[in-house]
Formats: sequence, C-alpha cells, structure tokens
Amino acid sequence: MEFLWDFFVAPFLDMIEYPTFLGEVAISGLLTGVMYSLVALGFVLIFKASQVFNFAQGAMVLFAALTLVGLMEHGVPVWGALPVTAIVMVALAFAIERGMLRPLINQPPITLFMATIGLSFLLEGAGEWVWGSNVKALDLGIPSSPVDVAGMLLNEFDMIAALVAAVLVAALALLFQHTPMGRALRAVADDPQAALSLGISLRTIWIIVWSVAGIVAIVAGIMWGAKSGVQFSLSLIALKALPVLILGGLTSVPGAIVGGLIIGLGEKVAEVYWGPVIGGAIENWFAYMLAMLVLMFRPQGLFGEKIIERV
Amino acid sequence: MIVLSYFNDLYGTFFATRSRTINTVFVTVISLLALFAVPTLANEYWLQAILIPFLVFALAALGLNLLTGFAGQLSLGTGGFMAVGAYAAFKMTTAWPEMDIIAIFFISGFFAAGVGILFGLPSLRIKGFYLAVATLAAQFFLIWLFNRVPWFYNDNPSGTITAPPRTFAGVMVTGPEAAAEVRYLVALVLLAVFVFFSWNLMRSRFGRAWMAVRDMDVAAEIVGIPLLRTKLLAFGVSSYLCGVAGALFVFLYLGSAETIAFDVNVSFLVLFMIIVGGLGSIAGSIIGAAFITILPIFLTNLNPILGIDLAVDIAKHIEVIIFGGLIIVILILEPHGIARLIAITRERLRI
Repeated sequence: MEFLWDFFVAPFLDMIEYPTFLGEVAISGLLTGVMYSLVALGFVLIFKASQVFNFAQGAMVLFAALTLVGLMEHGVPVWGALPVTAIVMVALAFAIERGMLRPLINQPPITLFMATIGLSFLLEGAGEWVWGSNVKALDLGIPSSPVDVAGMLLNEFDMIAALVAAVLVAALALLFQHTPMGRALRAVADDPQAALSLGISLRTIWIIVWSVAGIVAIVAGIMWGAKSGVQFSLSLIALKALPVLILGGLTSVPGAIVGGLIIGLGEKVAEVYWGPVIGGAIENWFAYMLAMLVLMFRPQGLFGEKIIERV
Repeated sequence: MIVLSYFNDLYGTFFATRSRTINTVFVTVISLLALFAVPTLANEYWLQAILIPFLVFALAALGLNLLTGFAGQLSLGTGGFMAVGAYAAFKMTTAWPEMDIIAIFFISGFFAAGVGILFGLPSLRIKGFYLAVATLAAQFFLIWLFNRVPWFYNDNPSGTITAPPRTFAGVMVTGPEAAAEVRYLVALVLLAVFVFFSWNLMRSRFGRAWMAVRDMDVAAEIVGIPLLRTKLLAFGVSSYLCGVAGALFVFLYLGSAETIAFDVNVSFLVLFMIIVGGLGSIAGSIIGAAFITILPIFLTNLNPILGIDLAVDIAKHIEVIIFGGLIIVILILEPHGIARLIAITRERLRI
C-alpha cells in the first residue's frame, strides 16, 4: 500500500504543492531535451536523404569536439579552430561517400547500419589516437550559474544551448525550404529514383547531407563538450538520441525537436518524482520505455511518414 | 554417427555444395578434432581465453541469427537476454545447490525466453529500425533491474554473481576448481546440441514461417501464417539460446560477473558476429563468432610479432580503428558475410 501511495499519489501531491519547483524541473528537462535534439538532428538529416541509419552520429560528435579542442590546445584560437574543424568534417563526408556509401550502394539498410557502427569505431579510435584520450575541458566563457527567471532558478548555460539549437534549426529549415539545394535534398528524400532521373546527383546530395550532419555534430559537440567535458563518453550520447529519434519519427526534423523536448521533460520529471520510489538511475532506460509506449500507438513515431505496406 | 550424417545432410543445404562426401569428411574431422584433439593439445590459455568465449559467443550469435537472420526482426537486446539467463542460473543454483548444473543451464534459458517474448510483443506493430531501438529498451531496463534489485545477486555487497562449484556426473564443471578442458567440452557439446536443434528447426514449419515473415510479413500473413505467434516464437527461441549462452558466459568463462559484462556493447558485438559471419546462416553465426573473438587477440599480438613497439594506449586506438575498418571492408567485399564467401569459393573450386 505504501508503495502504491508513493508511486501513484505522493508525486502528484508534491507537484501541486510546489509549483515553482515543478516549473524548474520541467524547464531544465526541456532544456536538456534540446541538447538531445541537437544530436538527433544529424541522424534525421542523413536518414532522410540516404535511408542510412547513421549510428556513427555520436562518434562524429566526439570526433568534431576532439578536433576542435585538440586544435585549441595547440594554440589555435577559436575563430581559427572552428573553420578548420568544419573543413575536417566536410572532408570526412567526402571520404565516407567515397569509401563507404558508394561501394555499398543498393545494399539493404541493415548492412549500411552495420557499416556505420564500424565507422563509429573508426572515428572514435582515430579521434583518440590523434588527440589523446584524456578528458579535455572546453571553456566557452559561458557561465553555468543559475539565473532567476520569474521566481525559478534556471541554468544560464542550458538557456544559451537552447538558443543555439533554435538558431541551428531555423537555419536548417531555411536551407531545406528556400534554396535550390534544399529542394534537391527534399526531392531525393521523397523519391531517390525520380530525383536521379531529373539529373540530381545522388553523390553530391550525400556529400552535402553528411557535411551538414558533420556541422551539426560540431555544434552538438561544442555544447555537450562545454557541459560535460570532451571525452570518450561523448559518443555515448548517440544512445540518448536514439529514443528521441524514434519517438519523433526517423524522417522528421520537427519530430527530432519535439521528441527531444518530450524525452527531456519526461526523463527529468520521472527522475525527480518517481526515481527515489523505484531506486533511482532510471534515466538509462526511461526514454526508451517512453518511446516504445508511444510507438505502440504510432509505429512510425509522432511525425514520421506513415508506413504503407502493399503486397 | 547417425547424428553426424544427418548433421551433414543439413549442413549441405546451407553451404551451396557439390559433394556430400566432402561435407561428411569435413564435419566428421572437425567434430573429432574439437572433441578429442583440441582438449589434449590446447593449453590452458587457449582454452580459457579463446576457445571457451568463442563457443559461448557462437551460441549467442546463433540465437540472434535465428531472430534477425531468419525471422527478420532486428534486435539490440542480446546482452539483456543473456543477463536474464545468467542471473536465472545463478539464482537457481544458489537456491537449490543439489540441482544438476547442466539441467540448470537448460532451464535458465526458459526465463530468458519468457522475457524475450515479453519484449517481442511490440514487434507486431513496430518494425525495422524502430523495433531495433525499442529492443534497446529491454537491454537498458534489464541491466538496470539486475543492478538495482539486490535479490538478483543474493544481497552480495559487491554486487557480483559468482559461479559456485558444481558437478555434473561427478566431474567439477563450474567454479574455480573446474578444469578448462571440462568447461570447454561442456560448452562444445551444448553448442553442438543447439546447432543440431536449429538446423532442424529451420527446416520445420516454424523455420519456414520465420523466413516467410522475414521476406515480407504482410504477404506471409495473407497466406495464413499467424504473425504474432510466429514472431513471438522467434523472440522466444532466440532469447532461449541467448539466455543459455549468458549462463555459460558467467559459469564457464567469466567465473564471476557484474551487469557490466552484459552491457550494450555485448549486443553490438553479437550483432557484428552474425553480420560478418552471414545473416540467415547457421554456420555463419559460428564463423562470425570465431572471427570476432579471435580478431582482437590477433591484433593485440600483431605488434610484438611485427616487432613494432607502440605505447599501450596508442596500440589500443589503432586496434579499434582496424576493427572498425575491417567491418566496413568485409561488408563491402561481401555483404552476405564470410559464410557466403566460403560458399562461393567452394563453388569455384568445385569441392
């Protein structure tokens, strides 16, 4: 009885009693969710354009962050290190297209998925080999002190991260909706063969989306790196982004954002209010359970394209 | 020998084949070598560090291949299902010490099968990569559960489960005093039993139904295959094998383990094995397990052999790079895995 009370009644009483605290928890959850979205965005871009489930996105985040911090440690200023890192990520996109995507063209999705797992090993190994495997601090000069907003204490860094993510999403939306390249990208996402017959080069498109995903990885790497230090565990945030991804739908950019917000919010609220009742440390699996429950009702995720099957 | 000839008959259907005689000779020689020559010739290091983990992982890979390669359901929860088998075996053998350890191995698989069926339920609605990510829920939840509930590890303050000394027919099979040869033979015989079982299963009504579901589940449903029952059976049988493999992993190989031994990397490792070996090939599961178990050991020993002196951490990074690179190269060379490569070679050489 006591457990049932603790589980079903007490958390809600708490929420009603201290609404400011609930607000703080909810908003910090949403802000963390934005950070997940940043990683999930890279996945979505690549999946839309090439149907490749890119498990290496997390490794790309690590690789980008390691390159940036490594350059800065060698005395390169930030404004110099950023473009160099961007060039490295674009070069990586070229190499991936040439060395992995092109030879594996027309293979089943699971083969490409496995290849990206191989790629993630490759990137993790290469990044740590070149730049060393010790934890590096990335100081952007943003204070992580709490700020008082309408009576709630919020983390300034998280808010700036959310702002950066918003700008990034807006830029991506502009790119997709209002440039010839964006139209070509959407055409390929819609129907690769029709796009090919219209003279759109698939290879170019792939290089572009992998480059854009690389740039997104830099942004995610900077934000996560500044938050928790640049280290190997950065590549594990891919595992955090996966439930976000399937919750929102594999093919939807807005889905990645909304999915991230839902997961961030749900995870934080569950951890704070229900975590102590069932033993804590539930953040590892809670997001996955939440995503699975949603998928039971919407198998293609919240915003994914409806799966139509014909025989 | 009746078993062996039947073994070989099935073997022939999976390797595109020209000569049955050669298959019979091959399988017989391999079996005899594995049973008699290896335990006497191989030293403690080979048995303990290479052959036993290879056999255990071959069993897990076989389990996953039944689900992913034959029934077409991509799963990333292998580590979690292996953990269920290991903890079930541990709970049973500590609760009833007089119970036969081999029987416990067989029973522990049923617990994993039950959990597998439970987490297989969403597979009716969720497909492809969505399902793969959903199975990660099983992986993370199960590991969390075994970590958090002290009952599973008998309130042991260190949080580990340890294989107690147990005998089978008077011979020490588990525990610190069990000889490596004995543990090797137990793993070998169990693997052979399950390989034999799987070969038969794949030629039965159920195996055919799995393949039909894999190739196109809507079409399979229209011709009258009950989708839910078929998919759940696949999850059940697959998790059973993974569960037994998990129990063997702790009892025959590790000796004692924490949940970290079954983390998500194990799931990926087993997935690597079946992809590299060959999806939808039983022989491929075993070849893949051999390849992935031996590769890191080979890479570690490569530098001293070549006479290159590298710092340990750099050697480790290069090892990871080569491992990742090799996965990509193998996928490019032959997406159907090493099993297909062997079949093609045999076809060319007409043997």
